Amino acid sequence: MFENLPLWPARASTMAGNVDLLYIFLVLLSLFTCVAIFITIVVFVTKYRRRLDGREAQQIEGSVLLEIAWTVVPLGIFMLIFAWGAIIYFQERVLPRDVAEIYVVGKQWMWKLQHVEGQREINQLHVPANRDIKLIMTSQDVIHSFFVPEFRIKQDVVPGRYTTLWFRATQPGTYHLFCSQYCGTQHSGMVGQIVVMEPAQYQAWLTTGGAFGSLAANGASLFAQLGCPTCHQSEMQGRGPILSEVYGNPVRLEDGQTVVADDNYIRESIVNPSAKIVSGFKPIMPVFQGLLNEEQLNELVAYVKSLNPPPAGSVNSPGIAAAETKPQQP
Amino acid sequence: MSDSPLLVEHPEHDNPALLHHFATPEQQRNTASLGMWLFLATEVMFFGGMFCAYLVYRYWYYNEFAAGSRSLDIWLGTINTVVLICSSLTVALGVKAAQLGKRKQLVGLLLATLVFGVAFLGIKGIEWYQKYEEHHIPGHSFDVSDIIQNYPQIHIDPSHSQIYFSLYFAMTGLHALHMIVGIGIFAFLTYYSWKGKYGPEYYTPIENGGLYWHFVDIIWIYLFPLLYLIDRKPLR
Amino acid sequence: MATAAVTTERENYLNAEYGIKSWLLTTDHKRIALLYLISITFFFFVGGFFALLIRLELLTPAGDLVLADTYNKLFTMHGQVMVFFFLIPSIPATLGNFLVPMMVGAKDLAFPRINLLSWYLYIAGGLLMLLCILTGGVDTGWTFYTPFSTGFSNTNVTEAGLAIFINGFSSILTGLNFVVTIHRMRAPGMTWSRMPLFLWSTYATSIIFLLGTPVIAITLLLVVMERAFGLGIFDPTRGGDPVLFQHLFWFYSHPAVYIMILPAMGVVSEIIPCFSRKRVFGYKAVAMSSIAIAVFGFLVWAHHMFVAGISLYAALVFSILSYLVALPSAVKVFNWTATMYKGSISFSTPMLYALGFIGLFTIGGLTGLFLACLGIDVHVHDTYFVIAHFHYIMVGGALMGYLGGLHFWWPKITGRMYPEAWGRLSAMIVFIGFNLTFFPQFILGYLGMPRRYWQYPPEFQVLNVFSTAGASILAVGYLLPMVYLLWSLRYGKLAGDNPWGASGLEWTTQSPPTTFNFDETPEVTWEAYDYEHIPLPMEVTLER
Repeated sequence: MFENLPLWPARASTMAGNVDLLYIFLVLLSLFTCVAIFITIVVFVTKYRRRLDGREAQQIEGSVLLEIAWTVVPLGIFMLIFAWGAIIYFQERVLPRDVAEIYVVGKQWMWKLQHVEGQREINQLHVPANRDIKLIMTSQDVIHSFFVPEFRIKQDVVPGRYTTLWFRATQPGTYHLFCSQYCGTQHSGMVGQIVVMEPAQYQAWLTTGGAFGSLAANGASLFAQLGCPTCHQSEMQGRGPILSEVYGNPVRLEDGQTVVADDNYIRESIVNPSAKIVSGFKPIMPVFQGLLNEEQLNELVAYVKSLNPPPAGSVNSPGIAAAETKPQQP
Repeated sequence: MSDSPLLVEHPEHDNPALLHHFATPEQQRNTASLGMWLFLATEVMFFGGMFCAYLVYRYWYYNEFAAGSRSLDIWLGTINTVVLICSSLTVALGVKAAQLGKRKQLVGLLLATLVFGVAFLGIKGIEWYQKYEEHHIPGHSFDVSDIIQNYPQIHIDPSHSQIYFSLYFAMTGLHALHMIVGIGIFAFLTYYSWKGKYGPEYYTPIENGGLYWHFVDIIWIYLFPLLYLIDRKPLR
Repeated sequence: MATAAVTTERENYLNAEYGIKSWLLTTDHKRIALLYLISITFFFFVGGFFALLIRLELLTPAGDLVLADTYNKLFTMHGQVMVFFFLIPSIPATLGNFLVPMMVGAKDLAFPRINLLSWYLYIAGGLLMLLCILTGGVDTGWTFYTPFSTGFSNTNVTEAGLAIFINGFSSILTGLNFVVTIHRMRAPGMTWSRMPLFLWSTYATSIIFLLGTPVIAITLLLVVMERAFGLGIFDPTRGGDPVLFQHLFWFYSHPAVYIMILPAMGVVSEIIPCFSRKRVFGYKAVAMSSIAIAVFGFLVWAHHMFVAGISLYAALVFSILSYLVALPSAVKVFNWTATMYKGSISFSTPMLYALGFIGLFTIGGLTGLFLACLGIDVHVHDTYFVIAHFHYIMVGGALMGYLGGLHFWWPKITGRMYPEAWGRLSAMIVFIGFNLTFFPQFILGYLGMPRRYWQYPPEFQVLNVFSTAGASILAVGYLLPMVYLLWSLRYGKLAGDNPWGASGLEWTTQSPPTTFNFDETPEVTWEAYDYEHIPLPMEVTLER
């Protein structure tokens, strides 16, 4: 019906339907409110328009009851909308378990995407349908924003930290990728495509351009190249903490606090190691801020994460390929 | 406008200090006073933005802030605090003198305030010059290797140190700017006090100038511990 | 004609003194209001010119009219000029300056010389902004987001930041003057509950001026210093936090939206009772909702940052608070509508603008509910949906209010009537042009067209063409009043002291008023909007 003038973009993720449902509800509610107010106004201005018969306006002070009514009723409706919106937001922000990871680096003015399997792409992202995908994103210059209208998702990409986003594409196809946070001259050129493929096709695609080696493997060689193993030894305690089984687990710090070693923690511990010193160690690690580019950082983070032994009953690697070898949980 | 009927309306209009749009001197004084208080409220918000930035970064980069704080000269800072408190005292006494119509005393107290104010800026200038010599002023020649050497036991990131010194200079600089404005106001007030413009019937400018001075003083009372006294206990 | 001749000879604030000096050194709030009127009109057309270029570029999907860098500068300067040099001073500095002392029954604002200083600060900031534009412009977006503005843009960010910094002090001093005037200069009998609602909304606006503006001033100063000295406060590579800038920026810039809309609400609260010949429905509720908007307005800033990486719980809190600030706006709309019930309504130009205001503001406000809603905001944030929403509030709302107010008080300000038929025509043109320009942008936004795009995918073109067509109609709608209002200065019918039969102290003096407004200090013995006891002039009675 709306082929030439659509009112919403295609629904290509599990989130899109939820967002659209709330949107349509809000549109109808607004339409109803507008029509009600406008009709009231039109009726008043025609019925009570100034006439020559000398009829005068009737002075009315106001009505406390009405004031209360039109404060409380909208408040109730607002709270309903708030709760509904908050539920969707929670779904968007809380990551599902067993999710495949892709690293995203925004820079003026392109998107660089690193698959865990080693594929690298620029301004184009291939993903399988019906698989939860987590994007671990950072920027190497200014703030960008990763926006896929057909998935109804968006997240700012902030330099100096990771932000994350997840989605589950439902429809194979090609979709817009926009940068929606103004980032300079070619902001409107910082666009790309999300190519959603059937899992089998995706498998085939993965095998085509794998000349790079997996992200973690690249991280491992970078790790060795930078001399990290001199302190971070794999078996016995060196001058730095052992890194296996760090990711995702609580770490006790020198100042007595405990933090969970998430992506941001590992990243920070590389670029600015003294920010959070692990209990029992000295702040002797050199600062890697400015020495590594964002893609190298992603490789190192992926490597550290790969040092975790696979948890029982779960997929052994965050990679999409590994997940595909196992039957999908619907 | 001298023949406007409005002027006849007010019997008090022989009072030269009463502006045309006020009915009574009392209304004029209350008006000026409320204006001053509101202005100070905006000043609080003005510094508030910086205090907010300070809080965030002090929480994140405590080591650098503590080490930076220790590199400041606590004696000069303390002397300056005393100087400013004394100046507030002379201002308060000055307002009293104006209310009582003691012209000579008023002029003397205002002059004393001016001296304290200039002394504060002088001492602040010495401190800044020291920082300049130590290359602690943010910018291209910023260098905190001396601080890093002093505290081998904690890790100090120079760029985080720079944030501390940036805030130090921004906050004390903004405060000094307010001091300079205050000294200008007080020079003006001193001149007119000497001319005998203020007395028991009309001392609003002295009172409001005093409010401003106290405010600038209070800002320093906050800046001093926040910038100088972050962590003065000797390091283990 | 005999009466006309007498009227023109009456002494008033316009003919009390002559010469350029009598204007540039005046402390008369009415003359300062006119100085502001001229200067903000200039900036309105500067900003409008940028807007037209933006819309022309967007006529086609390819970036073909101007270069990408030029386009970025256009939308940046459109935003900065319109927000800081037109919308924020618009109603407060012109109508507010003119009316606040007259409405409270005073001879002038509390601090007339500071009032003049405000204008000079505005001009100083404005000249610096012009210098910034003429020497190459600025391309950060009006939001100055770091680290782009501090470390990456090589345009005149420093000049623009300082221009807005200086202009901020103009706002602060104006707000200070209003608050003090309303507190201390009210005529005998003018109690708080008898104040016209325009004063209530001006009071609320002034509070935001006082408490919000200093924060943006210091924030922009930090940006300027960071550019000059490389402080690193907002630079992530040196340990700074770019998102802190967003917090500080929106702490002012969200309440700034209420700076723009509250005075327009005040204007509408004057116009609707006057042209319905009725006391406003629920006076207290309308007055208190202004204050509530000012207070809650300070607590919702982070709803601009739902996708910026703030925590889940912060987002929840700011979402729920944003709904609370929507309530008082809704209450106002209901009360205005109820005011018309059993009134005696005439469709004069100001009333048409006021009705247009209600319509556009209702749409703007309802779409605000979409944006406060977390689940929807993630999708429409930074798209044309947001652009459409805030133009409905800031142009549909604030500008309609401003134009309505200008027409309403034009006879008081100049002593002349504007041509009524032209007035109604241009009000209609503005309303139609506005909707055609901005309504398609809601759909564009939901379809996913991001804001600040110089080129865009071709499927968005149809709606963009609608929008550009609307903008050209809108331009006519804005130019027309400019022409006929100027015309009326010389050829307009002479207005009596109270051509509308309106309530309010400003209508009890002559038009234009004398320098000191009132021959003797008025004493107020009646309630606000006491339309029962105000006779309707003959010509207004006959007018439908």
